[in-house]
Amino acid sequence: MATTSKKAIKISQKHLLGIQDLSISDINIILSESKEFISLNKSKNKKLDVLRGKTQINLFFEPSTRTQSSFELAGKRLGADVMSMNITNSAIKKGETLIDTAMTLNAMHPDIIVIRHQDSGACNLLSQKVNCAVLNAGDGRREHPTQALLDALTIIDRGKKIEGLKIAICGDILHSRVARSNIYLLNMLGAEVNIVAPSNLMPKEIEKLGVNKFTDMKKGLKDCDIVMMLRLQNERMTSSFLSSNREYYEYYGLTPDKLKYAKENVLIMHPGPMNRGIEIDTKLADDINKSVIREQVELGVAVRMACLKIFCE
Amino acid sequence: MMKKKYFLNANIIDPKNSIEEIGGLIVDENGKIEACGKKVNQNNIPAREKFIDLKEKYIFPGIVDMRVFVGEPGYEYKENFRTLSEAALSGGVTSVVTMPNTSPVIDNVSIVDFLKRRGRDKSKINIFPSASLTKNLEGTNMTEFGLLQKKGIVGFTDGIKTIQNTRLMSRIMHSAYDLDSLIMQHAEDSELSMNGIVNDGIIATKLGLQGISDISEKIIIDRDLSLLEEFNCRYHISQVSSMKSINSIKQKKNDVNFTTGVSINNLSLNENDIGEFKTFLKLSPPLRTEEDRISLIDAINKNLIDVIVSDHKPEDEESKRLTFSQAATGASGIETLLSLSLELVHNGSVKLNQIIKLLTSNPAKILKIDKGNLSIGNDADFCIVDLYKPWVVKEEKMISKSKNTCIDGKKLQGIVTSTFVKGEELFKI
Repeated sequence: MATTSKKAIKISQKHLLGIQDLSISDINIILSESKEFISLNKSKNKKLDVLRGKTQINLFFEPSTRTQSSFELAGKRLGADVMSMNITNSAIKKGETLIDTAMTLNAMHPDIIVIRHQDSGACNLLSQKVNCAVLNAGDGRREHPTQALLDALTIIDRGKKIEGLKIAICGDILHSRVARSNIYLLNMLGAEVNIVAPSNLMPKEIEKLGVNKFTDMKKGLKDCDIVMMLRLQNERMTSSFLSSNREYYEYYGLTPDKLKYAKENVLIMHPGPMNRGIEIDTKLADDINKSVIREQVELGVAVRMACLKIFCE
Repeated sequence: MMKKKYFLNANIIDPKNSIEEIGGLIVDENGKIEACGKKVNQNNIPAREKFIDLKEKYIFPGIVDMRVFVGEPGYEYKENFRTLSEAALSGGVTSVVTMPNTSPVIDNVSIVDFLKRRGRDKSKINIFPSASLTKNLEGTNMTEFGLLQKKGIVGFTDGIKTIQNTRLMSRIMHSAYDLDSLIMQHAEDSELSMNGIVNDGIIATKLGLQGISDISEKIIIDRDLSLLEEFNCRYHISQVSSMKSINSIKQKKNDVNFTTGVSINNLSLNENDIGEFKTFLKLSPPLRTEEDRISLIDAINKNLIDVIVSDHKPEDEESKRLTFSQAATGASGIETLLSLSLELVHNGSVKLNQIIKLLTSNPAKILKIDKGNLSIGNDADFCIVDLYKPWVVKEEKMISKSKNTCIDGKKLQGIVTSTFVKGEELFKI
């Protein structure tokens, strides 16, 4: 049974805004703390009192199933008082600015605020205005640090060492905060990262982040140990990026045919929610030998518990 | 009638009259320039007259700023004529061209009358209003260039907007040719730059913000310069920001007549200065790469750029205390225009005379106004500058009603110590 670790935890940051701000040692602290919660989450009694008396506010400006419930569960399992704000009923709908909302919540003395927002940098703005720690649960297209951390944990949990792995991140890179956070994290941990996307969904000068860029999926998947598929974010697309979903599937959907180019023992990942039959073949998504998509969700809770614990202190 | 004023021992720079020498300046009783240059010294002024020894401080003609947003009418809480003129004077600016992006828009004769009255009553500097190219800035029907000009409009622009429709742009040029009107175009293809916030490049990718490609600027410049080949009206590109645009300008410079402006922000800063979402650096055109910035300086030295503007766009705090994508665009800059330009002189990028030319005589020439010079008989509009004095820009010390400076905390060298309009000292440090 996992217990709270006795060793002194020293993280360099007050907030978790992005992987960019973290050092390798920070990442190792979070990942090793997370590992301790994996078994706890599988046990019968999942409750700890590490965060008893602490208040956690979840501030989700964008709809979310897995991240919001994962953060809520993580806080509750650690014994925190968790409040999830319902944005549709709140003063934000009445025109309150993010800063005013932040000040209002700050006056209630929370210990931690988890924020998801449609604008890049929203968590940075919030962190400047509140006294407590801010955890980024996704800001616009910029970062989604806990997702990248849980992805790394999933890979490690499968007995792999990230250093030296060849990892392909495929799909709608342009709109993806998951891609950005993963690029930073995997690079830092020594993986070789391939980015695969049609030119319309490829961010400008992405190669400057230290990745290999491919528009041909077969070339991009060649000899990869891990394939991370991304969701096509139709809700963020303002004008014609793609001709059709079926053409996208033909060229960029993950199919057994394309997957042959990767290594034999390749793992398939997806941050969810999935568009089956658009970016991923539905059988592959459920292939228990290759797909770790369900584990990603499972380990997400552990990673978020670790983050809450570390940044609450 | 005022007393005659004598200034001696000054470094005088007057690009229009090719003066760059130590000398004096005499302002007559009517506030006009009586004499200027090295021939004015202690020996040839009446012995009993008091004079001011400037001890080699600099005298420049009053700065002419071609791109200034004032909140009147409609956005007085951001800037009114009184606060604008105070801010301008502190930066040595004595003439401004105001943008028509107000509420209501400056697009008809009666609103120009109102504007001129307000300008006359509230402003201490010379206000030269521009009017919109199209009614209500809608980009569909052109305004009455002829009638508006008769009321004193010096040029036409949709300000922060571009004429997207090529057919309309061609017709605007035809009319402008007939009526000898000045067209000032903000060059940005709005389809290509849709939802864009920062330069499309590594910073946009890292910050997760939608990019504005440099091609969106170039494509409008290319289009307009092609149209100009047929009807060469007075045409001015309000602001360029990228190397690609400069290359287009270089190619066409010998074939057609046109002029080009640049914002001091694009000359002094690059996209890296945005740091972690500093909304005060959200500008249009966006700050681009260091390579682009250097190409703009090079273009200044090669006379491919004619004018430096402040692109003064006052925004209240509330419109900037938002996420980067929600925040308003633009920076307040009229009071730092000259000092920030002098940074380019101090760091050896541009010669002093060239900088002053782009801030005074060049814009006046484009606008066909007799400002930005120290010609004898002209209004004595000038500023006195301590060229080497260091100072620090502080947001809270800004004079403009809005404090959205994009260079808060920047150390500058060279400060305006006095500004005169029509011979009257209206600002003194």
